[in-house]
Amino acid sequence: MSNTSTEQANRFISLKDIKKSSFIALWFMFLTFPIMVIKVNTVNNTVEWRWANMIIIGVASFILSHVWRLFMNRRDGKLSDEQKGGQTVEKLTLRQKLDQKPVVAKSLSYAVLVLAIIFPLISGMYQTSIMITALLYVVLALGLNIMIGLSGLLVLGYIVFYGVGAYTYALLNLHFGVNFWVALPIGGIFAMIIGILIAIPVLRLQGDYLAIVTLAFGEIFRIVLENWNDLSFGPSGIANIPRPTIFGLDLNVSQATNLTYFIVLAFVLVTIFVIKRLEDSRIGRSLVAMREDEIASEAMGIDMGKTKLVAFALSTFWAGVAGVIFAGKTTFINPSSFTMWESILVLCMVVLGGMGSIPGAIVGALIITLLPEYLRAFSEYRMVIFGVVLVLVMVFKPDGMIPSIRQKYEFKKKPESNMKEAE
Amino acid sequence: MNGTYFIELFLGGLTRGSIYALIALGYTMVYGIIQLINFAHGEIYMIGAFTALIVSSVLSFTGMSPVLIFIIAAIAAVVWAAGYGMTMEKIAYKPLRNAPRLSALISAIGMSLFLQNYVLLAQTSDFQPFPDLIPDLAFLKPIETIMNTTQFIILVTTAVVMVVFTLLIRYTKMGKAMRATAQDMVMAQLVGININKVIMFTFLLGSATAAIGGVLISSHIGQINYYIGFLAGIKAFVAAVLGGIGSIPGAVLGGFVLGLTESFGTGYISSDYEDVFAFAILIIILIFRPSGLLGKTTRKKV
Amino acid sequence: MTPVLDVKKLRMDFGGLRAVNDVDLHINEKEIIALIGPNGAGKTTFFNCITGVNKPTAGDVIICPPGATHTKRINGLKPNVITEKGLARTFQNIRLFQNMTVLENVMIGRHTRMHAGIAGAILRNKKTREEEQKVIDDSYEILKKLNLEQFVNELAKNLPYGAQRRLEIARAMATDPFLLLLDEPAAGMNPQETHELVDTINKIRDNENITILLIEHDMGLVMTLSERIYVVDYGKLIASGAPDDIKKDPEVIKAYLGEDTNA
Repeated sequence: MSNTSTEQANRFISLKDIKKSSFIALWFMFLTFPIMVIKVNTVNNTVEWRWANMIIIGVASFILSHVWRLFMNRRDGKLSDEQKGGQTVEKLTLRQKLDQKPVVAKSLSYAVLVLAIIFPLISGMYQTSIMITALLYVVLALGLNIMIGLSGLLVLGYIVFYGVGAYTYALLNLHFGVNFWVALPIGGIFAMIIGILIAIPVLRLQGDYLAIVTLAFGEIFRIVLENWNDLSFGPSGIANIPRPTIFGLDLNVSQATNLTYFIVLAFVLVTIFVIKRLEDSRIGRSLVAMREDEIASEAMGIDMGKTKLVAFALSTFWAGVAGVIFAGKTTFINPSSFTMWESILVLCMVVLGGMGSIPGAIVGALIITLLPEYLRAFSEYRMVIFGVVLVLVMVFKPDGMIPSIRQKYEFKKKPESNMKEAE
Repeated sequence: MNGTYFIELFLGGLTRGSIYALIALGYTMVYGIIQLINFAHGEIYMIGAFTALIVSSVLSFTGMSPVLIFIIAAIAAVVWAAGYGMTMEKIAYKPLRNAPRLSALISAIGMSLFLQNYVLLAQTSDFQPFPDLIPDLAFLKPIETIMNTTQFIILVTTAVVMVVFTLLIRYTKMGKAMRATAQDMVMAQLVGININKVIMFTFLLGSATAAIGGVLISSHIGQINYYIGFLAGIKAFVAAVLGGIGSIPGAVLGGFVLGLTESFGTGYISSDYEDVFAFAILIIILIFRPSGLLGKTTRKKV
Repeated sequence: MTPVLDVKKLRMDFGGLRAVNDVDLHINEKEIIALIGPNGAGKTTFFNCITGVNKPTAGDVIICPPGATHTKRINGLKPNVITEKGLARTFQNIRLFQNMTVLENVMIGRHTRMHAGIAGAILRNKKTREEEQKVIDDSYEILKKLNLEQFVNELAKNLPYGAQRRLEIARAMATDPFLLLLDEPAAGMNPQETHELVDTINKIRDNENITILLIEHDMGLVMTLSERIYVVDYGKLIASGAPDDIKKDPEVIKAYLGEDTNA
């Protein structure tokens, strides 16, 4: 996999390759033998032998190993080319090309925006509803990105804050009749408070220890919701949460869905706007500095504790607001919407899209929510495919689909201060 | 407070802890060497259990003695789990060795999803009863109510595995190479250690111990499905972190602390909150010891 | 005159190891002082104690910024608070923000001297914009002083080694210190670069009114640059005085030659 040169891979398949692939095919036939070939039913005491599967595996792994090797060689070839030519000779990515043509980039984003606005008008309620979910995940991915991509804090229990938002609206509405619009900021602020409360005791924790502790908080949150019937009505959840309305109008389901769609869309735009501005500010710089080197940041006078709390607060707020919208959209919530799995999914969106990159988070969220939806045709295979997609994207694009290019503070007094030198 | 009940809970906790410890070993070793949270590790444990189930079911038609079947099934589980572990490393982690750490984590999550659903599709989504192959040991008869045979076997096997494991890490050439790689991968390479081999061996070893855990717990609980790896994996990860991730004795200690906490928590307080106890003890310990029980308190090098 | 930094009987224990053993040291305004000693003598630990990375076991670290009427005891404060009070440092093993540009690195140094908060960042009002612009301009001026302006938009990690060392100093200067602590600023530099560094440090002291304490192994640099020298070995202060006296001090010669034969 590592030593075959690029030229060799581009030539015809050699005898060596065939030998290698045959070996790999045999290995996979052996490896998958018990699980793919034998099927036991320990209740009826029957055994089924599926030898055909073995042949399929053999042939498939023979072919796929060639494909894999081809792509690996291409990938590694590209890598070594980059190393040869210093830092700047890399092929321009689509993102960089767009950055050089701001007009194209701008018109492209306007086109996407227009498409997003007319989307509910040209598609049915079902599609709109799916898109609402996707956009909610976009917000979550953007919010988590502040923590992971920008500040370098690995948080695995992010969905808690989404849950806090959702339950805030549901409970406030149930007990006090608070309406959607009032609950919207309250949900965000409440999630923020919970975020800060969780962050305070664990400020000292580094890296993966922080990750597991936030995961632990997430699970505790869910289990408590499931069991504390007086507060949360347990696993049966809270139903009949009112959908958002506007101007006191009486909206039917389809209208309310469209309204929700526009609320989420507007919210996504606000999120992007705010996060972009934060990134290019004194606060944003301190977050990035923390990610780069905590000790040096402290020596530069940045209070690490405070900065971590800021990261938590800024990040959790969005999840809280998104949670309120989620509750208003589904009209029913229960703890099973806020499992660890959801947190992991949001993490996948951020990393798959490209850590620290806003377009990355958007694309990541859209792919991960919409892919399984449109893979429904393959129904039972979709989770297997999803797993494979995650692995493949990471292997072949380890920095994500749209790697982050942070807005740099370029000093503009000088002529040609762009960072290109060699071609 | 009832004495027998206490002992029962204590032994139950030890049993649970043994399993956590066996799985946590793999977690902590992999982490120690390549700083990867191997999310798919729980799946390896599940595959080990499934392989044992399949092999023993097939063998049960041959009329072999149950003990022999159990041993063969366990060996098969270890072999195949190790195979899966090594293959997984080669496909999903090795290409990412120089990539950002989180990318490898996502790759591991993808692998976990894949393996779960692969077993689901190739086998079944239902719980499968695990054949009862371990005959009751006569000398345990008087204390049956507090400790049954499978519990006994779990404790003994775990102890043996731990001893073998420690000897392996401490005295063999490969064990030394592993420790060297964990300390400093670049230096290890410079002194001629083949780190690819070391990493592969780490996955092999970790997968094998996880499979042993899988077989043991399945015969204790009596049924398995494709999803058992997920929670077990998370718990083992918690155990590894509790003990100080990267530390092998820490993983064992963490496993036992976790097992006992859960056992006493559910026994004396409430069984609804079983997982809450596990996670709460983790949070409490990390607040006071941010690098786990036996983790190195890394002095900041400035 | 009150010294700007007065360290009294500073002690730092790590478990059983006494890394810094009752060291006294003081620096007057606009002095350049060197702290020297064999490897592992406890010099960096001494820096860490002053800058708050380590909390000293015993002793006092007292500062009196130029123009201040009162002295202040700063041991045990957090590093960022100490930086705010006007002590800035560089690191022996370079700790730049690798993936940020040279300009941004220096801008980070300005963090504590800025005020914009979250609201300012989002609204980007006139005050915030002006502040940002001023920081950019100031940072550029600092870069010019250290001959780094040609790298202004480069990523820090792409800089040549000598330039990275200078950027460390630039970043520290951006925090607006009265005392600059340099941990082996010339390590890894060639003679030409070292020579330039001497000029730069002198200029910083003369033009910016910054007092300088440095750790250095390059004896040429130490002897030409510093007014007084402190020598530590095994955590203990073994000599202090003018460069010419230090050169002749039998204790110092023993410490260095003894160490040399071992190495």
